[in-house]
Amino acid sequence: MRQSWWKVVCVLLLGYTVTGGILLPVPALDIINETIRNLYFHVPMWFTMIILFLVSFIYAIRYLRSGDLKHDIYSAEFTKVGIFFSILGMLTGMEWAKYTWGAAWSNDPKQLGTAICMLIYFAYLVLRGGMKDEEKRAKISSVYNVFAFALMIPLLWILPRMVDSLHPGSGGNPGFNTYDLDADMRMVFYPAVIGWILLGVWISTLRIRLSIITHHRENSF
Amino acid sequence: MASPLFSLVKKDLLIEWRQKHTLFGVLLYVGSTVFAVYMMSGQPETKVWNALFWITQLFVAINSVAKSFLQEHPNRFRYYFTLVNPASFLLAKMIYSITLMLVVSLLSLALFSVLLGFPIVQTGLFILITATGSISLSAVFTFLSAIAARANQNAALMAILGFPIATPVLMMLSNLALKAIAPVYQPGWWTLAGVLLMLDLLIVVLGIILFPFLWQE
Repeated sequence: MRQSWWKVVCVLLLGYTVTGGILLPVPALDIINETIRNLYFHVPMWFTMIILFLVSFIYAIRYLRSGDLKHDIYSAEFTKVGIFFSILGMLTGMEWAKYTWGAAWSNDPKQLGTAICMLIYFAYLVLRGGMKDEEKRAKISSVYNVFAFALMIPLLWILPRMVDSLHPGSGGNPGFNTYDLDADMRMVFYPAVIGWILLGVWISTLRIRLSIITHHRENSF
Repeated sequence: MASPLFSLVKKDLLIEWRQKHTLFGVLLYVGSTVFAVYMMSGQPETKVWNALFWITQLFVAINSVAKSFLQEHPNRFRYYFTLVNPASFLLAKMIYSITLMLVVSLLSLALFSVLLGFPIVQTGLFILITATGSISLSAVFTFLSAIAARANQNAALMAILGFPIATPVLMMLSNLALKAIAPVYQPGWWTLAGVLLMLDLLIVVLGIILFPFLWQE
């Protein structure tokens, strides 16, 4: 991941997302109006968050199998960037919901699901913060990461069955992906998703390199 | 595996019985909680009754299950480590907390029906769901109390770790329980019940897979 080509791709895609997302034509829909452009910024945050948490989960398993502290550093940093993207996604979503649903918070299952993700990973940070011994911290937080992530996926799948959704595409609301995510929007949406995911991975790799250096400095005499 | 499992559960239950003050402490905790809820709400309507009941279950579960790992002295884990394999140790703790939680939740159900009214239509079904709820909640919190104990932390950390996972489980339980309370038509009740049981199974399996990593130092 030290090559630079994918970072160039990331910058190009995000540049295209920002310009194309604001300038290219979108379908004119009631209520949603121009806020439909939020699709290019809000939805990819969730994709990125889930990908980062998934990578963190995989590294937690790899740590438990190998006992290599580097894997724990990977896992922790991917989680931190995932939390950052979940906060961004929540903020962009709440801002959007204030104008379209009339309230920033309205008991929507996807909001609840994200709130649960955020609580789980905040708890993960609290758990990590409470332990000073590195080996122990790595082991216990990896165990919690695997346990929580493996349980979270089925729970996120169940939640929408318990409460009605206001999100576009469910509960009779006009959806992006059913009939009005037209060719124009796909042209921006898919590059946007890839661009934001690459950005998330980029930030994570920078943080990982930084914390590996810190780790070496603290452990060399 | 069966015989160490049995003796571990027996040991925990015997300790519980001999140290009656902790057992009565838990029972009194349930009593006071239900009484506090009653003072706040009186005799509420059925849906509120249901919600209050499951919230009470959550708090009671945290306080009674926290004992399973947190009451053991950390050094004693090393002794157990030489005696039994981790899976049977975790299973023994789970069975012990499920037993304790069953007693405590049935007691809280009895107190609820005395103080807050008795809106239940199908009593047998409601008791069954309460029992399932005790099993789910104690299984989750037993594993999390193991994490909290290994991290040298208190029951508060266990609550922080457990709330996000326990909330959807509680929602499923209270939706299932609505069938026993109000004669409403609920499509997909059996699916929901099946999903809850699968989730319980998943918790136990994950616990057995992950506990050995937690256990070794």
